[in-house]
Amino acid sequence: MSSEIEQSVNMIDSYPPLARLKRQIDALGPAASSGRWGLLSFGLEALDARLDGGLAKGAVHEVLPASGLDAASAAAFALMLAARAGAEGGPILWVSTDAELRRQGIPYGPGLAELGLAPDRIMLVTAPDELACLKVASDSIGCAGLAAAVIETGTAKRLDLTASRRLALAAEKSGVTALVLRNSDSMIASAAASRWQVAAAPSVPLAGQAPGRTGLSLSLVRHRGGARPFDMCVEWDHDRTAFSEPALLRPVPAIVERRSMVA
Amino acid sequence: MRVMAVDEVALSLGLAPGMMLADARARVPEVQAVTHDPEADARLLDSIAEECDRYTPSVAVDSPDGLILDITGCAHLWGDEAGLVSALVTRLVDGGMTVRVALAETPDKARALARHGGELLRAGRRLSPNRLNEARTPYVPAPLSVHDLPVVALGLGEERTTALKRAGLTLLGDLANRPRVPLAARFGPEAVTKLARVLGEEDVRITPRRTPPALSFPRRFAEPVARTDFVLATLADLVREAGEELARRGAGGRDFVSTLFRSDGAIHTLRIGTGQPTRDVDLVLRLFRERIDTLDDPLDPGFGYDLIRLDIPVAEALGVTQTDLDGNTAPTREVALLADRLGVRLGQARVRRFAAGDSHIPECAGFTVPAHAPVLPLTAHRAAGDPPMRPLRLFEPPQIVDVIAEVPDGPPRRFRWRRQTHDVITFEGPERIAAEWWKRKDGGGLTRDYFRVEDSQGRRFWLFRHGLYGTEKPNPDWYLHGLFG
Repeated sequence: MSSEIEQSVNMIDSYPPLARLKRQIDALGPAASSGRWGLLSFGLEALDARLDGGLAKGAVHEVLPASGLDAASAAAFALMLAARAGAEGGPILWVSTDAELRRQGIPYGPGLAELGLAPDRIMLVTAPDELACLKVASDSIGCAGLAAAVIETGTAKRLDLTASRRLALAAEKSGVTALVLRNSDSMIASAAASRWQVAAAPSVPLAGQAPGRTGLSLSLVRHRGGARPFDMCVEWDHDRTAFSEPALLRPVPAIVERRSMVA
Repeated sequence: MRVMAVDEVALSLGLAPGMMLADARARVPEVQAVTHDPEADARLLDSIAEECDRYTPSVAVDSPDGLILDITGCAHLWGDEAGLVSALVTRLVDGGMTVRVALAETPDKARALARHGGELLRAGRRLSPNRLNEARTPYVPAPLSVHDLPVVALGLGEERTTALKRAGLTLLGDLANRPRVPLAARFGPEAVTKLARVLGEEDVRITPRRTPPALSFPRRFAEPVARTDFVLATLADLVREAGEELARRGAGGRDFVSTLFRSDGAIHTLRIGTGQPTRDVDLVLRLFRERIDTLDDPLDPGFGYDLIRLDIPVAEALGVTQTDLDGNTAPTREVALLADRLGVRLGQARVRRFAAGDSHIPECAGFTVPAHAPVLPLTAHRAAGDPPMRPLRLFEPPQIVDVIAEVPDGPPRRFRWRRQTHDVITFEGPERIAAEWWKRKDGGGLTRDYFRVEDSQGRRFWLFRHGLYGTEKPNPDWYLHGLFG
């Protein structure tokens, strides 16, 4: 059912008069949320352009793995965004639950460091269960000293519209960019500013058939700002702490537009 | 089976510790035997020690059945020393204990007087609760001299005590005036040291079970208070008092411990900790409130608390901090406060940060520690341009996987993890990590061969073979240790 809603949202976007009206309404709004705290750039122009400059800071963004086995890639994407949100070196909070850490593995400091994210910036909080995790999240998002918060909720059964709205309001007030990692696409309505689906993408092998830089296949599922859904393969540049285009050996269409519903 | 301890009735019937249980049953058929439980005894003694904490912060346990209290500087709170001893004895006897008390200038002397003064020389008295409740006269320890104690009080062991007795030295008084050098020559230097200590010539400090706090703010009540809001108000008062004292000293505390002594002997302890030294009254109170809210069993005042005390175990130097022009605190301070709040709510072990270990075993090279602990910062060893060599997430313990390799000591070709098969497309390895043989007694341990592999979907895994094929293990197992992003 919610996919129908999504489709109808897409429909609004693709119908010019409606889209124009929407833009006008957005312009009338009191300081659009993207304007207040600035935008989070991906460091990759092709990607930023699709989102009018980047993702809104001081907002909630959801990250889902495309399948259970892509959870590590989804976590990596959330951390990469957090690393970019706190480019000035601000502290990052990672909240998780005991069950998630058992299932997905515990965060490993040296690995984080190699991702380009200094581990001493990260504060790891493990909550006993999902409810405690969300409580911690809503408390900490209000703390303006944080650069970003990564919230790993697992099935996120309790993260309903009300809960996510609460997180979104706290984030808007404090300017903290919150990245919610949920591991199932349970199609729960949420107040998140965007929703991403992430899968691992084959890396460009190094000499001697060694796995290369981290490759991710991103797809924007939903965006409040009106950006159209798209799929894109990117690579993470560990040295620049930025996304980059994969140096593909074979030509591949970089961006695949989703066909819109309206004729 | 032997008798470990007997009660007064049994003692009067002629039973004594050390006899066989069968003998005791033969003498007194209706004897009731309970299994000796030294741990329960230790727990009881510990709880009594905790209770004695209200008289002095410096309490040492003298196993298996004694306590030594250092009341230096505490006696004035009870009028004088006799007042303190009287209050202590009354409380313990009211609690159903049989005690022997002695007061002396050094711990060893007091110990000897209490343990060996006994009935024989009328040192310390056995009091029955009823008698005390009826009379309620202040208990005054009988003045007695250490010179009248038997030589057993030196605690020299059976052999040397017998030797002393054979030499005609039965009382400490006999030894006290003798020249020490011949004594040392005949009974060992230890005898002379112990003698000097028991006679009070040499003072040794006790080792308290808990370090006395740097600052302590007690509040006593004539009538026990049973209302929780009054308890909280008192706590707020104490915190304010502590804040002023800390400000005067230019200090701050990281730990704040509030101890609530209930009149029936139960003790509740509330402990909060902060990441940085503080003397911010509001903050400490907020953390205490949070602590009380998250208690598993809410505060039960029962018959009421008669003593509430706030301790600050360690005071650290803390200068005056300046807020910026808007009156806001710095962002780092805000995050530290957040860590404190979460630490109080979830337990400090749940708020963690990353630390490096001085080891090349992956799980020892990087781990997480509670946020308050000092850490060795982690640094990346990756050369620029290289992909990450270490995974983002680690499985602890590593998860066993079925691996198919072309040759037993070669790289993996295909593996099965969580009921799914992955074909290895690209790999790098082995990165050989030897066990820390210099730390192990047998000098062995299995070598791990780590492989960084990527499957057909682009998922990256960190696998290792545990043991070298053939030389260390005939058929080594494979494990999945981590996942790359």
